[in-house]
Amino acid sequence: MLAYYLQLGLRSLRRNPVLTTLMVLAIGFGIASSMTTYAVFRAVSGNPLPSRSSQLFAPQIDIWGPQSRAQGVDLPDALSYTDATALMRARKARYQTAIYPVGHTAIPQDAGSEPFAVDGYATYADFFPMFDAPFIYGGGWDAGQDDARASVVVISSQLNQQLFAGADSVGRTVRLDDHDYRVIGVLADWNPRPRFYDLDNNNGFADPPGFFVPFTLAVDLQTETRGNNNCYGSTGRAPGWQGWLQSDCAWVSFWVELPDAAAVQAYRNFLQGYMAEQDRLGRFRWSPYYTLRDLTQWMDYEQVVPPETRISLLLSLGFLLVCLVNTVGLMLAKFMRRAGEIGVRRALGASRREIWAQFLAEAAIVGVVGGLVGVLFTGIGVLGIGLVFEPDIARLAHIDVSLVALTLACALVATLGAAFYPTWRAARVQPAWQLKSN
Amino acid sequence: MTIHPMISALRKHKAGVVLIALQIALTLAIVCNAVFIIGQRIQRVNRPTGLNEQDLFLVSQQWVGAPAGDDADSIQKLDALQREDLATLRALPDVESVTPTNSLPLLNSSWNGSASINADAKLIGGNARTTYYFGDENFLRTLGLHLVAGRDFNAGDVINKGFRNTTEPGMILVTKALGDKLFPKGDALGKVIYLDGSGTPSTIIGEVERLQVPATGGWVSAFTWNATIEPVRLNANFSRYAVRARPGRLQAAMREVTPALYKANPMRVLDDDSVKSFADIRKEAYRADVGMAALMGVICLILLGVTAAGIVGLTSFWVGQRHRQIGVRRALGARKADILHYFQMENLLIAGIGAVAGVALAIGLNLLLMKHYEMDRMPVLYVLAGVAMVLALGQGAVFAPARRASNVPPVVATRAA
Repeated sequence: MLAYYLQLGLRSLRRNPVLTTLMVLAIGFGIASSMTTYAVFRAVSGNPLPSRSSQLFAPQIDIWGPQSRAQGVDLPDALSYTDATALMRARKARYQTAIYPVGHTAIPQDAGSEPFAVDGYATYADFFPMFDAPFIYGGGWDAGQDDARASVVVISSQLNQQLFAGADSVGRTVRLDDHDYRVIGVLADWNPRPRFYDLDNNNGFADPPGFFVPFTLAVDLQTETRGNNNCYGSTGRAPGWQGWLQSDCAWVSFWVELPDAAAVQAYRNFLQGYMAEQDRLGRFRWSPYYTLRDLTQWMDYEQVVPPETRISLLLSLGFLLVCLVNTVGLMLAKFMRRAGEIGVRRALGASRREIWAQFLAEAAIVGVVGGLVGVLFTGIGVLGIGLVFEPDIARLAHIDVSLVALTLACALVATLGAAFYPTWRAARVQPAWQLKSN
Repeated sequence: MTIHPMISALRKHKAGVVLIALQIALTLAIVCNAVFIIGQRIQRVNRPTGLNEQDLFLVSQQWVGAPAGDDADSIQKLDALQREDLATLRALPDVESVTPTNSLPLLNSSWNGSASINADAKLIGGNARTTYYFGDENFLRTLGLHLVAGRDFNAGDVINKGFRNTTEPGMILVTKALGDKLFPKGDALGKVIYLDGSGTPSTIIGEVERLQVPATGGWVSAFTWNATIEPVRLNANFSRYAVRARPGRLQAAMREVTPALYKANPMRVLDDDSVKSFADIRKEAYRADVGMAALMGVICLILLGVTAAGIVGLTSFWVGQRHRQIGVRRALGARKADILHYFQMENLLIAGIGAVAGVALAIGLNLLLMKHYEMDRMPVLYVLAGVAMVLALGQGAVFAPARRASNVPPVVATRAA
C-alpha cells in the first residue's frame, strides 16, 4: 500500500512542478543554511577533553580589588607570577600547573637549514598527566626537574619531523635561541580544540604548539610571555625582570585537577585561606574574592564560541522556520485543491487513516528530495565557510557521514512536521459535502 | 470598496491567512535584524583609521642570537641592530619613509594603558584608557597622520629603551579624541599628563586628528580613538617597521625588503607573513565582519524570495478556488480593476497584520541579541523600512495571481463548477 501511496504522491507532485520545486527548494535552503552554521558551531563548541572536563579547574584571584571591578574591569583571566608560584608551592590539588606561552627561534644543527620561529609553552611537570597528553617517544619531565630547572624539552611530532625527520629523538639536543635543551619526550599529534589551557591568549583553534619547556627554567632565562600581560597601573613597580615578576601584572594561566566534590571544596577553602593570609600580610586590602571554574564553565566565560557563530546559527534557524511555515502554506494549498479527489476516495471506503498515510507519503517524498538538495547546498555552504568565519575556525568545519545523516533526518522530520496540519485538514474532508457540491 | 466582505471571506481561510501573516512577520523580524547587522558591520569596516593606507606596509622580524637581557649593554646592542635595519630600509630605492613601531591600527596586537591628569593615579576603566604607539620622528610622516595642533617629534626627541623599561618619556603626542577627553575645553596642547599611574609627567606637544587603536574587538569600543604616541624606539629581540613606499611602488618596495634585510644581517627570521601590506592587515582584521555581512545578505535575499513565492503559491490557490465567485462578480458588473484591487487589498490586509506582529518580533529579536551578543539597539527607521518592504513584497507577489483572477471571464458564472 505504501508503494501505491508513494506512486500517487509522485504523480501529484509532478502535476504542479512549480509548487513542488518551490517546496523542495524552501526545505533545501532552510535545512542547508542551518546545517552549515551548525557544522561551524559543532566544530567550535566541542569539548576538548571530555573525560576530564569536570575535573579540571582554573582559579581566578581578585588581585586588583573591588575598585577595579567597579570601573568595569573583570577579574584578570590569568594569575600574577606571585600567586601562581605560591599555588604551585602549596600543591593542594592532585595536579597543578602554571602555563605561559613563549616563542623561540629553533636553530637546526645542520648548517644548511635556516633557523625558524616556533611557539610553545612553559609549563610544570603536571601538565602532561593532567591533560592526558599522549607521547610517541619518551615522556614528560618530573617535579624534581621542575625544581632543578632542568634544560629539558618536550617537542611536538611536527617539530620532531622538522628537526629529526621523525626519528626517536629522546636524548638529542634542540637549540632554541641561545640555549640548548635535551629532548625528553615527543608528543603524538595532540592539539585539543579549543585550546582550553591558553584561552586568555588565543582564540583556541590555532596550530599545535611546537614545544614545552619547564616553567621554572623559562622564568630563569627571562623568557618573555608571548601572551597578554595585564597590569593595573604600574605604581611603585621595580624596574626590570624582577620588578615585573613581583608586580601585580597578570600573565600566568593556572590549572588544577580536582577529582571529586570534596577536593573542589577543599581547594576552595584553601584559596579562601590563601587570600586571607595575603590580606594579613597587607597585600590585599579587601575581602577575599576568587572564582574556580571548571573546563566547560571556563570555555563559556572566555566566549570560545564566537558571537558570529551563535548569531548566524540563530538567524539560520529563524530562516528554517520561515521556510517551514512557507511549506505548510504550500502544502495546505496543494492538499486542499484535491478535496474532490479525497471525497471520492473516502466515499469509496478509504478510512481517515489511509488518507493520512497517503498524504504523509507525499510529504515524505518532498522531505527526502528536499534533504538531498539540502545536503548539496550544505556541501557548497561548508566549502564557502572560509569566506565568513575565521580561517582557523572554518577549516575545522567539515561535512561527514553524521552531518549528512543529520541533514536528511532533519529535512524529513521537518517536512513531516510541516505536513501535519495540511494532512489533518485533508483527512477531515467531508465526502458527502464534496460529492454534493460537484 | 468595503473591507467587511473581505474579512468575512478571509474567515473561511483562517489557516492560510495565519500562515501568510506568520511568514511575513518572521521575515520582517529576521530581515530587519539582519539588515541592521549588515549596516553595523559595513559602518565598522568603513571607518577610517586615520592613516593614509595607500602604499603603506609593515615589516615584522626577529633576530637570532640577539641579547635577551635588559641590562644597558644588551639594550644598546639591540638598538644598534634596529638602527642598522632602519638605515637599510631607508636606503631602498622604492621606499619613501620608515618608522619603527610596536603596532598599527587593525593589527590586533596592542599595548594599552591609561592616562590621567593626576600623578600616581590608579586608573584602568573609564574614559582615560589609551593605546600606545612607539615610533621615531618619521612616525607621523610614514603613517600619513594629520597634526592638528602643536608640533611633530624631531630627531632629538627620540629615545630608546628596553621592552620592559617603564620609564615614561617627557613628551608625547595624543589624538584629538584623547586630548579632548582629558581636557574637555580642548586646550590639551602643552598640558602635562601621567601615563599608567606613573609619577613622571609627560607634556603633550601636539595633537593628531585621528588614529585608531590596533585592536578591533568589542572590548576597545570605549577608547577606539584614544592613542598616545611616544618618541621611543623599543628594543627587544624582535622589531616592527612601518614603511611607506613611493607612490605606486608598493609591490616593488615590498619585494626589496627581505633580501635587503638578510644582506645587512643574516642572523634573523623573516617568514611569509613578515612583509605585509596594510590592505592585507585591513582585510584580515575585518574578515569576519565582511563575511557576516555577506552571509546575512544572502540569507535575506533567499528569505525574501521564499516568502514571495509562498504568497504567490497561496494566492494562486485562492484564485483557483474562487474561480466561480469571481465569474459571478464579473457577471454582476464588477470591472477587471475591481477584481485586481480586491486581491491587492486582501493581501495588504494580511501583510498588514503580519507586519504588526513582525514589528513586535523584530524588536523582541533585537532585544534578545542585545542581551546576549552585545548588539546595539536597532533604530526605529530599520523597522519602518522593514514594514514598507514586506508590504511592497506582498503587493509585488500578489500581482501576478491577482491579474490572473481579473482575467477570469464573466461567462464562468454560467457554467457548472
